[in-house]
Amino acid sequence: MPDGNTGIGAAVKRKEDGRFLTGKGRFTDDINRPNQTFAYFLRSSVAHANIKNVDTSAALTAEGVVAVYTNGDMEGVGGVPCGWGLTFQNGDPMVEPVHPILAAGKVRHVGDPIAVVIAETKKQAKAAAALIKIDLEDLPAVVNMTNAVEGGTLVHEEAANNICYDWAIGDKDEVDKVFDGADHVTSIEIINNRLIPNAIEPRVAIGDYDAVSQKYTLYTSTQSPHVIRLLMGAFVLQIPEHKLRVVAPDVGGGFGSKTFHYAEEAMVTWAAGHLGRPVKWTAERSESFVSDAHGRDHVTTAELALSKDGKFLALREKTYANMGAYLSTFGPAIATYLHSTLLAGVYTTPLIYSNIIAVFTNTVAVDAYRGAGRPEATYILERLVDRAARELGIDQVEIRRKNFIPPDAFPYQTPVALEYDSGDYEATLASALEGADVDGFEARKSKAAKNGKLRGVGYSTYVEACGAAPSAVAGALGARAGLYESANVRVHPTGSVTVFTGSHSHGQGHETAFAQLVSEQIGVDIDSVEIAHGDTDQVQFGMGTYASRSLAVGGSAIVKALDKIIDKSKKIAAHIMEAAESDIEFEDGTFKVAGTDKSMGFGEVALAAYVPHNYPLDVLEPGLEESAFYDPANFTYPAGCHICEVEIDPTTGVVEIVNFTAADDPGIVINPIIVEGQIHGGVAQGIGQALLEGCVYDDNGQLITGTYMDYTMPRADDLPSYVVSTESSRCTHNPLGVKGVGEVGTIGATPAVINAIVDALSELGVTDMPMPATPQTVWRAIQEAS
Amino acid sequence: MSEFNYAMASSADDASTQVKGTGDGSLIAGGMTLIPSIKLGLATPTDLIDLAGAGLSGISVEGTTVTIGAMTRHVDVASSKEVVNAVPALSGMASGIGDPQVRNRGTIGGSVANNDPAADYPAACLGLGATIQTNDREISADDFFTGLFTTALKEGEVITSVGFPIPERAAYVKFPNPASRYALVGVFVSDGPMGIRVAVTGAGINGVYRESSFESALSGAWESATLDGVKADESSMASDIHAAADYRAHLVGEIARRAVAASV
Repeated sequence: MPDGNTGIGAAVKRKEDGRFLTGKGRFTDDINRPNQTFAYFLRSSVAHANIKNVDTSAALTAEGVVAVYTNGDMEGVGGVPCGWGLTFQNGDPMVEPVHPILAAGKVRHVGDPIAVVIAETKKQAKAAAALIKIDLEDLPAVVNMTNAVEGGTLVHEEAANNICYDWAIGDKDEVDKVFDGADHVTSIEIINNRLIPNAIEPRVAIGDYDAVSQKYTLYTSTQSPHVIRLLMGAFVLQIPEHKLRVVAPDVGGGFGSKTFHYAEEAMVTWAAGHLGRPVKWTAERSESFVSDAHGRDHVTTAELALSKDGKFLALREKTYANMGAYLSTFGPAIATYLHSTLLAGVYTTPLIYSNIIAVFTNTVAVDAYRGAGRPEATYILERLVDRAARELGIDQVEIRRKNFIPPDAFPYQTPVALEYDSGDYEATLASALEGADVDGFEARKSKAAKNGKLRGVGYSTYVEACGAAPSAVAGALGARAGLYESANVRVHPTGSVTVFTGSHSHGQGHETAFAQLVSEQIGVDIDSVEIAHGDTDQVQFGMGTYASRSLAVGGSAIVKALDKIIDKSKKIAAHIMEAAESDIEFEDGTFKVAGTDKSMGFGEVALAAYVPHNYPLDVLEPGLEESAFYDPANFTYPAGCHICEVEIDPTTGVVEIVNFTAADDPGIVINPIIVEGQIHGGVAQGIGQALLEGCVYDDNGQLITGTYMDYTMPRADDLPSYVVSTESSRCTHNPLGVKGVGEVGTIGATPAVINAIVDALSELGVTDMPMPATPQTVWRAIQEAS
Repeated sequence: MSEFNYAMASSADDASTQVKGTGDGSLIAGGMTLIPSIKLGLATPTDLIDLAGAGLSGISVEGTTVTIGAMTRHVDVASSKEVVNAVPALSGMASGIGDPQVRNRGTIGGSVANNDPAADYPAACLGLGATIQTNDREISADDFFTGLFTTALKEGEVITSVGFPIPERAAYVKFPNPASRYALVGVFVSDGPMGIRVAVTGAGINGVYRESSFESALSGAWESATLDGVKADESSMASDIHAAADYRAHLVGEIARRAVAASV
């Protein structure tokens, strides 16, 4: 590691924060193209209707209007593709209805785009949209999944009973047999509440077409520019990749919701080509609520079979997963590939059966949201374990310890496809128990009782599978793309470095953490390293940032490329210092000939590569630039323990989180400040799901929580000061030993909060708590119990 | 945002004359409700008559009354030493309205004239038995708030100030809506020259109202225990996803009890 220490493990401040904190970030909406026009989407105000007629004549002649398009104008344009294909249990493919760019014949949710107006100004586009006359024939809306699967009204004619797929993993007969003979069965019914992602930057897209080069450019606030290029180019607009550039500059948060290819991106790109002028669209906040893919929304019945001493024998569950009105890019994968495969958790449960029924409804599409499937699985498991411990009279910590996969059992094959490579669940549990001062809980509870408050403590011990991950496994489970990552390391003649990565930062701090990898490997300061990302014309290829994969997969690709740089540099150094390559040692940015005082700095080698006067040109090309693609051998498995302590005012139902302790194992830590920040943000969202956030539709499919007046975002004063610690067990299969940390908060925190509330209220006879546990919900549970 | 004509009024009477002369004009005070409504297309006034230059801001304490000019901002009421000394419940209430941005723009007159069913000021006016002074007349708070977003103000009538009789003791306690932080239930209690008053905002189906059953109970004994276990009439409570009528009815009792306990 160099002097000043900017390598692995250094708590350096984020390089990108200077521009963000001074308002100098460059987001998509900051980009304006010459001769630009503005698009406004006219969206459905009803959830389900046949479109009888759309009369755009008045809008077309309105001031400033350049064009008005409806579905009929878009001949040859494909639908928005789904990137994941699941099957029914009998092997039939899932029902995959066309998802048109603009509604075709029918609107299927509030917010479904019907027409787009393109005008000289945004205001003119919006004003003209109000002149479009839409003749709709209202249809009954299907909102609730329980009603949807009974048939009747169909969201898509081809999906009988509104079912997209009915999929299962595990041997049902074997599992049922264990249940039949088990000492004890704990059951639970869970609604995993639908969430609205709410990135601070609404989505923005600008389409541009250059008639000279016949090349399209799409500027868009996405987490995965190359994936958008692939999906939009190949499936929607039939633009070959060499004629399509996708640029994602600074992106203001995404939490998954900006991973997917959206209709608006294709619309502005197509219109730009059609009109020969750039077309810009910026979502309004209320538009984001009805057009960004939502998260979660599972309805589950789950059971755990136990021996009388609390050993887990088998688990079975049936989950209805809401897909919304259309399949979003990864929608079908969330409840299956990322949910069912995690149901072993940190436990040795030998048999698991999971049945997932994906359902179409007249609601916004549902897809990955921070955690994506793994929070849902962890919530089921940790609520079941909590309840089983109460039913059997076993201590919450004891029942977990009794069922932990022990440290010497790795690699550990779960019954649901995954093989965990490493982990030390006792280490994070012990750290959390100490951080939470669990020993002092009873005293704090008594003190709270004197003030009329009920105090409870809740536990969650979790593992997650992240770093998505091996292309072959993903392919076997339905992925229609690979899940590798690429990197190109370009060493400049004077020794500074540009890294081109296919990962895309939308708040994760890649420009710092990835630079630290370079600093560690070749001994340059992070200020000599530029991380380039987010432009398909600059970056060779990439699969983007989601599922906590950037460091484990993207970082590993960078390390692979750096290894090639060092190998070549050694050859150059050996030639110049007239030594055998095997005698060259590289340390702290200096090449040395072993056993001599001869040495060369990394910068000197870089210069020699570009000024090859004394250079082995017969065996080595000049220049110093290397690429690597990295396809991981496995997922990575961060794990940990979260402990939440709450105080409840039983007269109002208000829950206050008084202590929150997170002990996480993200693998090797590159930058502890970034890791801590990721845990803080994730825990805030995990608490948000538990206490505050919940998307509500009425029976007609109207979004009741369509603004911040009704949708509760977590705020600083809702949250305590966290006690955060990390324990690092190495990932065994990637070169850095890293696992990931982006989603541990939303996975670990939520069940800990609800378990704490149930603990506090258990003396009143409360055994369950729906999410979000708002004051009214908690108060009502108390009323119903007493 | 739709287009509108803009004019600054020089006095309350001038504002009144001007607004009456417009097609579908509106007075604007702090604009904390009106401007967002225009942006969302929910309001489309032809004209805005701005009261900022009408000389209506200021706070005075004379004898037994605190008088606050209609254009006085929440931040000024919250930080006024006179108000803090005379009616701390009133300054405390003002310090809890919205957020700093709202408190730096929003005015008492605008809030009272708008009569949002979850706003704080209407509860303070009703709870203290205030008198609303307009360019034309005096209106007692008991007569002023007539329903959701409606008041006794006539077309073109302009609030100039609000007079609050100084109570012996008073308090305002707000139970916020988790999402909007408006009052899900807010209760202003006072004991003073205007009698015993319990005004409730956020909860009632017709907006701010006096909970007379609590008032009669408190006239027996002004202590929180008097209100132990009481609740409002469920049938007159608003109901939404944040609080059904039964929960609001319960909260009105509990928050009133806490307000009495907090009264100084």
